[in-house]
Amino acid sequence: MLCQECRRNEANIHIVKNVNGRQSELNLCEDCARKKEELDFSIESQFSLHKLFTSMLNQAAAGSRKTKPGSDTKCSSCNLTLAQFSQIGRLGCSDCVNAFEEKLKPLLRRIHTGCTHTGKVPARFRNRVNKLRELDQLKEELGNQVQNEKFEEAALLRDRIRAMEKEIHLDKSNKGDL
Amino acid sequence: MKQIEFSLSRWMEGSGPETEIVISSRVRAARNIRGHSFPCLASEEGTKAVLEIIGVASSEKPDFSDFIYTPMNDLSAIEKQALVEKHLISPFLAEESKNGALMLRGDEAVGIMINEEDHLRIQTILPGLQLEEAWQETGRYDDVLESELDYAFDDRYGYLTACPTNLGTGLRVSVMLHLPALIMTRQINRFLGALSQVGLTIRGLYGEGTEIIGNLVQVSNQATLGQTEEEIISNLQSVIQQVIEQEQNARQAMLDKKRAELADQAWRALGLLRHARVMSSQEAMHLISDLRLGYDLGLVKEVDHKLLNELLVLIRPGCLQLLAGRELNDRERNLERPVRIKETLDRYLEHNDAD
Repeated sequence: MLCQECRRNEANIHIVKNVNGRQSELNLCEDCARKKEELDFSIESQFSLHKLFTSMLNQAAAGSRKTKPGSDTKCSSCNLTLAQFSQIGRLGCSDCVNAFEEKLKPLLRRIHTGCTHTGKVPARFRNRVNKLRELDQLKEELGNQVQNEKFEEAALLRDRIRAMEKEIHLDKSNKGDL
Repeated sequence: MKQIEFSLSRWMEGSGPETEIVISSRVRAARNIRGHSFPCLASEEGTKAVLEIIGVASSEKPDFSDFIYTPMNDLSAIEKQALVEKHLISPFLAEESKNGALMLRGDEAVGIMINEEDHLRIQTILPGLQLEEAWQETGRYDDVLESELDYAFDDRYGYLTACPTNLGTGLRVSVMLHLPALIMTRQINRFLGALSQVGLTIRGLYGEGTEIIGNLVQVSNQATLGQTEEEIISNLQSVIQQVIEQEQNARQAMLDKKRAELADQAWRALGLLRHARVMSSQEAMHLISDLRLGYDLGLVKEVDHKLLNELLVLIRPGCLQLLAGRELNDRERNLERPVRIKETLDRYLEHNDAD
Protein backbone atom coordinates (compact mmCIF):
# COMPACT_ATOMS: atom_id res chain seq x y z
CA MET A 1 0.00 0.00 0.00
CA LEU A 2 1.24 3.49 -0.82
CA CYS A 3 1.52 6.24 1.79
CA GLN A 4 -1.76 8.19 1.93
CA GLU A 5 0.10 11.42 2.46
CA CYS A 6 2.75 11.55 -0.29
CA ARG A 7 1.49 8.58 -2.34
CA ARG A 8 5.05 7.87 -3.46
CA ASN A 9 6.64 5.69 -0.75
CA GLU A 10 5.44 2.40 0.67
CA ALA A 11 3.27 2.92 3.76
CA ASN A 12 4.80 1.07 6.68
CA ILE A 13 3.25 2.93 9.60
CA HIS A 14 -0.37 2.46 10.57
CA ILE A 15 -1.82 5.20 12.79
CA VAL A 16 -5.15 4.84 14.56
CA LYS A 17 -6.38 8.07 16.06
CA ASN A 18 -9.26 8.66 18.39
CA VAL A 19 -10.40 12.27 18.63
CA ASN A 20 -13.47 12.80 20.83
CA GLY A 21 -14.63 9.24 20.23
CA ARG A 22 -14.16 9.43 16.46
CA GLN A 23 -11.72 6.94 15.11
CA SER A 24 -9.62 7.62 12.06
CA GLU A 25 -6.95 5.48 10.43
CA LEU A 26 -3.93 6.48 8.41
CA ASN A 27 -1.30 4.54 6.50
CA LEU A 28 1.89 6.54 6.12
CA CYS A 29 5.53 6.19 5.17
CA GLU A 30 8.10 6.98 7.85
CA ASP A 31 8.84 10.47 6.52
CA CYS A 32 5.24 11.60 6.42
CA ALA A 33 4.42 10.04 9.77
CA ARG A 34 7.21 12.02 11.40
CA LYS A 35 6.08 15.27 9.78
CA LYS A 36 2.50 14.63 10.74
CA GLU A 37 3.39 13.97 14.33
CA GLU A 38 5.21 17.30 14.61
CA LEU A 39 2.32 19.19 13.11
CA ASP A 40 -0.43 17.49 15.10
CA PHE A 41 1.53 18.05 18.24
CA SER A 42 1.87 21.75 17.63
CA ILE A 43 -1.86 22.09 16.95
CA GLU A 44 -2.99 20.10 19.95
CA SER A 45 -0.65 21.89 22.30
CA GLN A 46 -2.51 25.08 21.43
CA PHE A 47 -4.36 26.13 24.47
CA SER A 48 -8.02 25.28 24.57
CA LEU A 49 -9.91 28.26 25.83
CA HIS A 50 -12.72 26.34 27.39
CA LYS A 51 -10.45 23.89 29.25
CA LEU A 52 -8.34 26.73 30.57
CA PHE A 53 -11.43 28.58 31.66
CA THR A 54 -12.94 25.68 33.59
CA SER A 55 -9.65 25.03 35.31
CA MET A 56 -9.41 28.68 36.35
CA LEU A 57 -12.97 28.50 37.63
CA ASN A 58 -12.19 25.43 39.67
CA GLN A 59 -9.33 27.24 41.34
CA ALA A 60 -11.68 30.11 42.14
CA ALA A 61 -14.32 27.75 43.52
CA ALA A 62 -11.78 25.93 45.70
CA GLY A 63 -10.62 29.28 47.06
CA SER A 64 -14.13 30.35 47.92
CA ARG A 65 -14.91 27.13 49.82
CA LYS A 66 -11.91 27.71 52.03
CA THR A 67 -13.01 31.18 53.01
CA LYS A 68 -16.72 30.45 53.43
CA PRO A 69 -17.20 26.85 54.56
CA GLY A 70 -20.71 25.50 54.11
CA SER A 71 -22.08 28.41 52.16
CA ASP A 72 -22.06 28.09 48.39
CA THR A 73 -22.84 31.08 46.18
CA LYS A 74 -26.02 30.43 44.22
CA CYS A 75 -28.02 32.16 41.50
CA SER A 76 -31.44 32.92 42.98
CA SER A 77 -33.17 32.77 39.59
CA CYS A 78 -32.04 29.42 38.20
CA ASN A 79 -30.53 27.86 41.36
CA LEU A 80 -27.17 27.18 39.70
CA THR A 81 -24.49 26.93 42.40
CA LEU A 82 -20.92 28.16 42.04
CA ALA A 83 -19.72 24.56 42.32
CA GLN A 84 -21.98 23.49 39.44
CA PHE A 85 -20.95 26.49 37.40
CA SER A 86 -17.29 25.63 37.91
CA GLN A 87 -17.94 22.10 36.81
CA ILE A 88 -19.89 22.78 33.61
CA GLY A 89 -18.29 26.15 32.81
CA ARG A 90 -21.66 27.48 31.69
CA LEU A 91 -23.96 30.09 33.18
CA GLY A 92 -27.58 29.03 33.67
CA CYS A 93 -29.58 32.18 32.99
CA SER A 94 -29.42 35.93 32.46
CA ASP A 95 -29.06 36.60 36.21
CA CYS A 96 -26.03 34.35 36.73
CA VAL A 97 -23.44 37.01 35.78
CA ASN A 98 -24.55 39.08 38.73
CA ALA A 99 -24.70 36.13 41.12
CA PHE A 100 -21.17 34.98 40.25
CA GLU A 101 -19.74 38.40 39.39
CA GLU A 102 -17.09 38.33 42.09
CA LYS A 103 -15.61 35.07 40.80
CA LEU A 104 -16.19 35.85 37.18
CA LYS A 105 -14.51 39.24 36.97
CA PRO A 106 -10.85 38.24 37.38
CA LEU A 107 -11.37 35.39 34.91
CA LEU A 108 -13.01 37.64 32.35
CA ARG A 109 -10.06 39.99 32.64
CA ARG A 110 -7.78 37.14 31.64
CA ILE A 111 -9.72 35.77 28.67
CA HIS A 112 -11.12 38.99 27.21
CA THR A 113 -9.66 42.35 26.17
CA GLY A 114 -11.67 44.23 28.78
CA CYS A 115 -14.35 43.85 31.43
CA THR A 116 -16.95 46.17 29.93
CA HIS A 117 -18.97 45.68 26.80
CA THR A 118 -18.28 48.39 24.22
CA GLY A 119 -20.05 46.92 21.18
CA LYS A 120 -23.58 46.70 19.82
CA VAL A 121 -26.50 47.48 22.14
CA PRO A 122 -30.14 46.43 21.58
CA ALA A 123 -32.37 49.41 20.77
CA ARG A 124 -34.28 49.18 24.06
CA PHE A 125 -31.07 49.58 26.07
CA ARG A 126 -29.39 52.14 23.84
CA ASN A 127 -30.48 55.29 25.62
CA ARG A 128 -29.40 54.03 29.02
CA VAL A 129 -26.11 52.46 27.85
CA ASN A 130 -25.16 55.63 25.95
CA LYS A 131 -25.69 57.62 29.15
CA LEU A 132 -23.59 55.13 31.12
CA ARG A 133 -20.81 55.30 28.54
CA GLU A 134 -20.92 59.09 28.65
CA LEU A 135 -20.84 58.96 32.44
CA ASP A 136 -17.69 56.80 32.35
CA GLN A 137 -16.06 59.35 30.08
CA LEU A 138 -16.97 62.23 32.38
CA LYS A 139 -15.55 60.37 35.38
CA GLU A 140 -12.31 59.82 33.55
CA GLU A 141 -12.20 63.50 32.64
CA LEU A 142 -12.87 64.43 36.26
CA GLY A 143 -9.88 62.36 37.35
CA ASN A 144 -7.69 64.19 34.85
CA GLN A 145 -8.89 67.63 35.97
CA VAL A 146 -8.22 66.80 39.62
CA GLN A 147 -4.79 65.49 38.77
CA ASN A 148 -4.04 68.72 36.89
CA GLU A 149 -5.37 70.75 39.84
CA LYS A 150 -8.09 72.37 37.73
CA PHE A 151 -10.54 72.37 40.61
CA GLU A 152 -13.13 74.79 39.24
CA GLU A 153 -13.63 72.70 36.11
CA ALA A 154 -13.62 69.58 38.26
CA ALA A 155 -16.43 70.94 40.45
CA LEU A 156 -18.56 71.61 37.38
CA LEU A 157 -17.91 68.13 36.10
CA ARG A 158 -18.78 66.63 39.48
CA ASP A 159 -22.16 68.36 39.41
CA ARG A 160 -22.85 67.10 35.90
CA ILE A 161 -21.90 63.57 36.97
CA ARG A 162 -24.21 63.72 39.99
CA ALA A 163 -27.10 64.95 37.87
CA MET A 164 -26.52 62.18 35.34
CA GLU A 165 -26.26 59.51 37.99
CA LYS A 166 -29.56 60.63 39.43
CA GLU A 167 -31.17 60.56 36.01
CA ILE A 168 -29.87 57.05 35.28
CA HIS A 169 -31.01 55.88 38.69
CA LEU A 170 -34.49 57.30 38.08
CA ASP A 171 -34.62 55.56 34.69
CA LYS A 172 -33.80 52.32 36.40
CA SER A 173 -36.47 52.56 39.10
CA ASN A 174 -39.11 53.67 36.61
CA LYS A 175 -38.51 50.95 34.06
CA GLY A 176 -37.83 47.92 36.20
CA ASP A 177 -35.11 45.87 34.54
CA LEU A 178 -33.96 48.76 32.36
CA MET B 1 -38.90 11.01 5.60
CA LYS B 2 -36.06 12.73 3.80
CA GLN B 3 -35.92 16.40 4.73
CA ILE B 4 -32.88 17.66 2.90
CA GLU B 5 -31.14 17.12 -0.40
CA PHE B 6 -27.49 17.64 -1.21
CA SER B 7 -27.27 21.26 -2.33
CA LEU B 8 -24.57 23.90 -2.75
CA SER B 9 -24.32 26.50 0.00
CA ARG B 10 -23.52 30.09 -0.85
CA TRP B 11 -19.99 29.82 0.58
CA MET B 12 -19.23 26.98 -1.83
CA GLU B 13 -19.75 29.22 -4.88
CA GLY B 14 -16.09 30.19 -4.76
CA SER B 15 -16.63 33.84 -5.64
CA GLY B 16 -15.53 36.82 -3.54
CA PRO B 17 -12.21 38.45 -2.64
CA GLU B 18 -9.05 36.41 -1.94
CA THR B 19 -10.67 33.08 -2.86
CA GLU B 20 -7.32 31.58 -3.83
CA ILE B 21 -6.52 31.43 -0.10
CA VAL B 22 -9.66 32.29 1.87
CA ILE B 23 -12.38 29.72 1.23
CA SER B 24 -15.05 31.25 3.43
CA SER B 25 -15.81 33.86 6.09
CA ARG B 26 -18.17 33.21 8.97
CA VAL B 27 -19.71 35.51 11.58
CA ARG B 28 -21.97 34.21 14.32
CA ALA B 29 -23.68 36.04 17.15
CA ALA B 30 -24.88 34.30 20.34
CA ARG B 31 -28.12 35.63 21.86
CA ASN B 32 -30.42 34.58 24.68
CA ILE B 33 -33.88 35.48 25.85
CA ARG B 34 -34.38 37.01 29.29
CA GLY B 35 -36.34 35.02 31.82
CA HIS B 36 -35.62 31.62 30.27
CA SER B 37 -32.89 29.31 31.54
CA PHE B 38 -30.09 28.80 29.04
CA PRO B 39 -30.40 25.48 27.14
CA CYS B 40 -27.84 23.56 29.26
CA LEU B 41 -29.95 24.06 32.39
CA ALA B 42 -33.37 24.18 30.76
CA SER B 43 -35.98 21.44 31.03
CA GLU B 44 -37.66 19.78 28.07
CA GLU B 45 -40.59 22.22 28.48
CA GLY B 46 -38.20 25.17 28.84
CA THR B 47 -36.46 24.51 25.53
CA LYS B 48 -39.81 23.87 23.86
CA ALA B 49 -41.12 27.21 25.10
CA VAL B 50 -38.06 29.01 23.69
CA LEU B 51 -38.55 27.24 20.35
CA GLU B 52 -42.15 28.46 20.25
CA ILE B 53 -41.30 32.05 21.21
CA ILE B 54 -38.68 32.25 18.46
CA GLY B 55 -41.00 30.53 15.99
CA VAL B 56 -43.72 33.09 16.64
CA ALA B 57 -41.29 36.03 16.52
CA SER B 58 -39.84 34.99 13.17
CA SER B 59 -43.07 33.84 11.50
CA GLU B 60 -44.51 37.34 11.76
CA LYS B 61 -41.56 38.92 9.99
CA PRO B 62 -41.33 39.06 6.18
CA ASP B 63 -37.51 39.00 6.53
CA PHE B 64 -37.76 35.30 7.33
CA SER B 65 -40.11 34.35 4.48
CA ASP B 66 -37.27 32.68 2.54
CA PHE B 67 -36.08 30.67 5.53
CA ILE B 68 -36.76 26.97 6.01
CA TYR B 69 -37.40 25.78 9.54
CA THR B 70 -36.17 22.31 10.47
CA PRO B 71 -36.32 20.76 13.96
CA MET B 72 -33.33 18.49 14.64
CA ASN B 73 -35.72 15.73 15.77
CA ASP B 74 -37.10 15.50 12.23
CA LEU B 75 -33.69 14.75 10.71
CA SER B 76 -31.87 11.45 10.32
CA ALA B 77 -28.34 11.10 11.68
CA ILE B 78 -27.03 11.27 8.09
CA GLU B 79 -28.89 14.48 7.32
CA LYS B 80 -27.59 16.11 10.47
CA GLN B 81 -24.05 14.99 9.70
CA ALA B 82 -24.30 16.46 6.19
CA LEU B 83 -25.38 19.82 7.66
CA VAL B 84 -22.39 19.74 10.02
CA GLU B 85 -20.06 18.97 7.12
CA LYS B 86 -21.40 21.99 5.24
CA HIS B 87 -20.74 24.06 8.41
CA LEU B 88 -24.43 25.01 8.61
CA ILE B 89 -24.93 23.59 12.10
CA SER B 90 -22.58 22.72 14.96
CA PRO B 91 -21.94 19.14 16.09
CA PHE B 92 -23.48 20.19 19.41
CA LEU B 93 -26.80 21.17 17.81
CA ALA B 94 -26.83 17.94 15.80
CA GLU B 95 -26.04 15.55 18.62
CA GLU B 96 -26.70 17.03 22.03
CA SER B 97 -29.32 19.76 21.83
CA LYS B 98 -32.77 19.44 23.41
CA ASN B 99 -35.43 20.72 21.00
CA GLY B 100 -32.72 22.11 18.73
CA ALA B 101 -33.73 23.56 15.38
CA LEU B 102 -32.29 25.30 12.35
CA MET B 103 -33.77 28.16 10.36
CA LEU B 104 -31.87 28.25 7.10
CA ARG B 105 -32.12 30.90 4.40
CA GLY B 106 -32.75 29.57 0.88
CA ASP B 107 -29.21 30.31 -0.33
CA GLU B 108 -27.78 28.64 2.82
CA ALA B 109 -25.71 31.76 3.58
CA VAL B 110 -27.59 32.61 6.80
CA GLY B 111 -28.62 30.06 9.39
CA ILE B 112 -30.14 30.51 12.82
CA MET B 113 -29.54 27.72 15.31
CA ILE B 114 -32.11 27.52 18.08
CA ASN B 115 -31.40 25.86 21.46
CA GLU B 116 -27.74 25.31 20.73
CA GLU B 117 -25.54 26.26 23.70
CA ASP B 118 -27.43 29.58 23.61
CA HIS B 119 -31.07 30.16 22.68
CA LEU B 120 -29.99 31.71 19.39
CA ARG B 121 -26.91 31.50 17.24
CA ILE B 122 -27.23 33.69 14.16
CA GLN B 123 -24.62 32.76 11.61
CA THR B 124 -23.63 33.97 8.15
CA ILE B 125 -21.11 32.21 5.91
CA LEU B 126 -19.97 33.87 2.71
CA PRO B 127 -17.37 32.80 0.12
CA GLY B 128 -13.92 34.41 0.19
CA LEU B 129 -12.82 37.14 2.59
CA GLN B 130 -16.08 38.97 3.37
CA LEU B 131 -16.13 39.42 7.13
CA GLU B 132 -17.75 42.84 7.15
CA GLU B 133 -20.45 41.70 4.75
CA ALA B 134 -21.07 38.60 6.87
CA TRP B 135 -21.43 40.77 10.00
CA GLN B 136 -23.90 43.04 8.20
CA GLU B 137 -26.07 40.04 7.31
CA THR B 138 -25.89 38.57 10.81
CA GLY B 139 -26.61 42.01 12.29
CA ARG B 140 -29.61 42.51 10.05
CA TYR B 141 -31.37 39.37 11.28
CA ASP B 142 -30.25 40.14 14.83
CA ASP B 143 -32.03 43.52 14.58
CA VAL B 144 -35.22 41.89 13.34
CA LEU B 145 -35.24 39.30 16.13
CA GLU B 146 -34.32 41.92 18.72
CA SER B 147 -37.43 43.95 17.85
CA GLU B 148 -39.60 40.93 18.78
CA LEU B 149 -37.65 39.24 21.58
CA ASP B 150 -36.55 40.39 25.03
CA TYR B 151 -32.82 39.76 24.71
CA ALA B 152 -30.74 39.00 27.80
CA PHE B 153 -28.43 42.01 27.92
CA ASP B 154 -26.40 43.67 30.68
CA ASP B 155 -25.00 47.22 30.74
CA ARG B 156 -21.49 46.03 31.52
CA TYR B 157 -21.34 42.45 30.23
CA GLY B 158 -23.25 43.01 27.01
CA TYR B 159 -25.13 40.10 25.46
CA LEU B 160 -25.41 37.41 28.13
CA THR B 161 -24.33 33.98 26.97
CA ALA B 162 -24.11 30.52 28.52
CA CYS B 163 -20.34 30.34 28.16
CA PRO B 164 -18.46 33.25 29.75
CA THR B 165 -16.00 33.11 26.83
CA ASN B 166 -18.78 34.55 24.62
CA LEU B 167 -19.95 37.40 26.88
CA GLY B 168 -20.00 40.93 25.49
CA THR B 169 -20.55 40.91 21.75
CA GLY B 170 -21.29 37.17 21.63
CA LEU B 171 -19.43 37.32 18.36
CA ARG B 172 -17.30 34.60 16.84
CA VAL B 173 -15.66 35.60 13.59
CA SER B 174 -13.70 33.07 11.57
CA VAL B 175 -12.17 32.34 8.20
CA MET B 176 -11.36 29.04 6.55
CA LEU B 177 -7.96 29.20 4.89
CA HIS B 178 -6.18 26.96 2.41
CA LEU B 179 -2.49 27.20 3.34
CA PRO B 180 -0.64 24.45 1.44
CA ALA B 181 2.63 26.37 1.05
CA LEU B 182 2.88 27.49 4.69
CA ILE B 183 2.03 23.98 5.88
CA MET B 184 4.34 22.14 3.47
CA THR B 185 7.26 24.40 4.35
CA ARG B 186 6.44 24.11 8.09
CA GLN B 187 6.26 27.91 8.35
CA ILE B 188 2.77 27.50 9.80
CA ASN B 189 4.30 26.61 13.17
CA ARG B 190 5.62 30.15 13.51
CA PHE B 191 2.10 31.48 13.11
CA LEU B 192 0.54 29.31 15.79
CA GLY B 193 2.19 31.13 18.67
CA ALA B 194 1.91 34.54 17.06
CA LEU B 195 -1.83 34.15 16.44
CA SER B 196 -2.65 33.29 20.03
CA GLN B 197 -0.66 36.31 21.18
CA VAL B 198 -2.98 38.60 19.25
CA GLY B 199 -6.07 36.87 20.63
CA LEU B 200 -6.77 34.50 17.75
CA THR B 201 -7.08 30.72 17.65
CA ILE B 202 -6.26 28.35 14.85
CA ARG B 203 -8.02 25.01 14.49
CA GLY B 204 -8.66 22.20 12.03
CA LEU B 205 -11.54 22.13 9.60
CA TYR B 206 -14.27 21.01 11.97
CA GLY B 207 -13.51 23.03 15.07
CA GLU B 208 -11.85 22.42 18.40
CA GLY B 209 -9.88 19.19 18.70
CA THR B 210 -9.92 18.44 14.98
CA GLU B 211 -6.69 17.98 13.05
CA ILE B 212 -5.50 19.79 9.97
CA ILE B 213 -6.59 17.84 6.87
CA GLY B 214 -6.21 18.96 3.28
CA ASN B 215 -4.14 21.99 4.35
CA LEU B 216 -7.28 23.72 5.63
CA VAL B 217 -7.35 25.70 8.86
CA GLN B 218 -9.84 27.93 10.63
CA VAL B 219 -8.72 31.11 12.35
CA SER B 220 -11.07 32.89 14.75
CA ASN B 221 -11.21 35.48 17.54
CA GLN B 222 -11.04 34.46 21.22
CA ALA B 223 -12.05 37.57 23.09
CA THR B 224 -15.62 38.83 22.76
CA LEU B 225 -15.78 41.35 25.63
CA GLY B 226 -14.10 44.77 25.63
CA GLN B 227 -13.95 45.27 21.88
CA THR B 228 -16.60 46.42 19.43
CA GLU B 229 -17.75 44.10 16.65
CA GLU B 230 -15.91 46.29 14.15
CA GLU B 231 -12.68 46.07 16.17
CA ILE B 232 -12.93 42.27 16.40
CA ILE B 233 -13.46 42.05 12.65
CA SER B 234 -10.71 44.47 11.65
CA ASN B 235 -8.27 42.76 14.02
CA LEU B 236 -8.89 39.38 12.37
CA GLN B 237 -8.96 40.93 8.92
CA SER B 238 -5.55 42.58 9.30
CA VAL B 239 -3.93 39.39 10.60
CA ILE B 240 -5.49 37.39 7.76
CA GLN B 241 -4.11 39.88 5.23
CA GLN B 242 -0.64 39.14 6.58
CA VAL B 243 -1.19 35.38 6.47
CA ILE B 244 -2.39 35.74 2.86
CA GLU B 245 0.75 37.66 1.98
CA GLN B 246 3.00 35.05 3.61
CA GLU B 247 1.19 32.19 1.90
CA GLN B 248 1.49 33.97 -1.45
CA ASN B 249 5.24 34.49 -0.93
CA ALA B 250 5.70 30.86 0.03
CA ARG B 251 3.70 29.74 -3.03
CA GLN B 252 5.76 31.96 -5.33
CA ALA B 253 9.01 30.59 -3.87
CA MET B 254 7.79 27.03 -4.43
CA LEU B 255 6.70 27.88 -7.96
CA ASP B 256 10.08 29.42 -8.81
CA LYS B 257 11.97 26.35 -7.61
CA LYS B 258 9.64 23.48 -8.41
CA ARG B 259 7.22 24.46 -11.14
CA ALA B 260 7.33 21.09 -12.91
CA GLU B 261 6.91 19.13 -9.68
CA LEU B 262 3.92 21.24 -8.61
CA ALA B 263 2.28 20.82 -12.01
CA ASP B 264 2.95 17.09 -11.80
CA GLN B 265 1.43 16.95 -8.31
CA ALA B 266 -1.72 18.77 -9.44
CA TRP B 267 -2.19 16.68 -12.60
CA ARG B 268 -1.59 13.46 -10.67
CA ALA B 269 -4.22 14.60 -8.21
CA LEU B 270 -6.71 15.19 -11.01
CA GLY B 271 -5.84 11.81 -12.51
CA LEU B 272 -6.33 9.99 -9.23
CA LEU B 273 -9.55 11.84 -8.45
CA ARG B 274 -10.94 10.83 -11.86
CA HIS B 275 -9.73 7.28 -12.05
CA ALA B 276 -9.14 5.81 -8.59
CA ARG B 277 -11.67 3.19 -7.46
CA VAL B 278 -11.10 3.12 -3.69
CA MET B 279 -10.46 6.31 -1.76
CA SER B 280 -10.46 7.41 1.90
CA SER B 281 -11.68 10.88 2.77
CA GLN B 282 -8.19 11.86 3.96
CA GLU B 283 -6.69 10.94 0.61
CA ALA B 284 -9.45 12.81 -1.22
CA MET B 285 -8.93 15.93 0.92
CA HIS B 286 -5.25 15.78 0.20
CA LEU B 287 -5.75 15.40 -3.56
CA ILE B 288 -8.30 18.23 -3.67
CA SER B 289 -5.74 20.43 -1.90
CA ASP B 290 -3.04 19.53 -4.49
CA LEU B 291 -5.45 20.25 -7.32
CA ARG B 292 -6.58 23.53 -5.75
CA LEU B 293 -2.97 24.67 -5.39
CA GLY B 294 -2.29 23.74 -9.03
CA TYR B 295 -5.34 25.72 -10.14
CA ASP B 296 -4.42 28.73 -8.01
CA LEU B 297 -0.88 28.73 -9.44
CA GLY B 298 -2.26 28.61 -12.99
CA LEU B 299 -0.83 25.14 -13.63
CA VAL B 300 -4.22 23.45 -14.15
CA LYS B 301 -6.98 25.45 -15.82
CA GLU B 302 -9.61 22.76 -16.19
CA VAL B 303 -11.23 23.19 -12.75
CA ASP B 304 -12.43 26.10 -10.59
CA HIS B 305 -13.13 26.98 -6.96
CA LYS B 306 -16.82 26.11 -7.10
CA LEU B 307 -16.04 22.58 -8.28
CA LEU B 308 -13.24 22.18 -5.71
CA ASN B 309 -15.54 23.33 -2.89
CA GLU B 310 -18.29 21.00 -4.03
CA LEU B 311 -15.81 18.10 -4.02
CA LEU B 312 -14.52 19.11 -0.60
CA VAL B 313 -17.98 18.69 0.88
CA LEU B 314 -19.40 15.76 -1.09
CA ILE B 315 -16.53 13.45 -0.13
CA ARG B 316 -17.43 13.75 3.58
CA PRO B 317 -19.17 10.71 5.09
CA GLY B 318 -22.53 12.39 5.79
CA CYS B 319 -22.88 14.03 2.38
CA LEU B 320 -21.75 10.84 0.64
CA GLN B 321 -24.46 8.84 2.40
CA LEU B 322 -27.01 11.56 1.72
CA LEU B 323 -26.18 11.38 -1.99
CA ALA B 324 -26.29 7.59 -1.98
CA GLY B 325 -29.60 7.70 -0.15
CA ARG B 326 -28.61 5.00 2.32
CA GLU B 327 -26.24 4.16 5.15
CA LEU B 328 -22.76 3.12 4.06
CA ASN B 329 -20.06 1.50 6.17
CA ASP B 330 -16.39 2.53 6.01
CA ARG B 331 -15.49 0.32 3.08
CA GLU B 332 -18.67 1.14 1.15
CA ARG B 333 -17.93 4.82 1.56
CA ASN B 334 -14.42 4.35 0.21
CA LEU B 335 -15.97 2.72 -2.87
CA GLU B 336 -18.79 5.27 -3.25
CA ARG B 337 -16.49 8.28 -2.88
CA PRO B 338 -14.54 7.91 -6.16
CA VAL B 339 -17.80 7.24 -8.04
CA ARG B 340 -19.29 10.54 -6.85
CA ILE B 341 -16.04 12.43 -7.44
CA LYS B 342 -15.76 11.11 -11.00
CA GLU B 343 -19.40 11.87 -11.71
CA THR B 344 -19.00 15.46 -10.52
CA LEU B 345 -15.69 16.00 -12.33
CA ASP B 346 -16.96 14.52 -15.58
CA ARG B 347 -20.16 16.54 -15.48
CA TYR B 348 -18.10 19.65 -14.96
CA LEU B 349 -15.37 18.94 -17.51
CA GLU B 350 -17.92 18.01 -20.20
CA HIS B 351 -19.90 21.15 -19.49
CA ASN B 352 -16.76 23.23 -19.94
CA ASP B 353 -15.83 21.44 -23.18
CA ALA B 354 -19.26 22.25 -24.55
CA ASP B 355 -18.70 25.91 -23.80
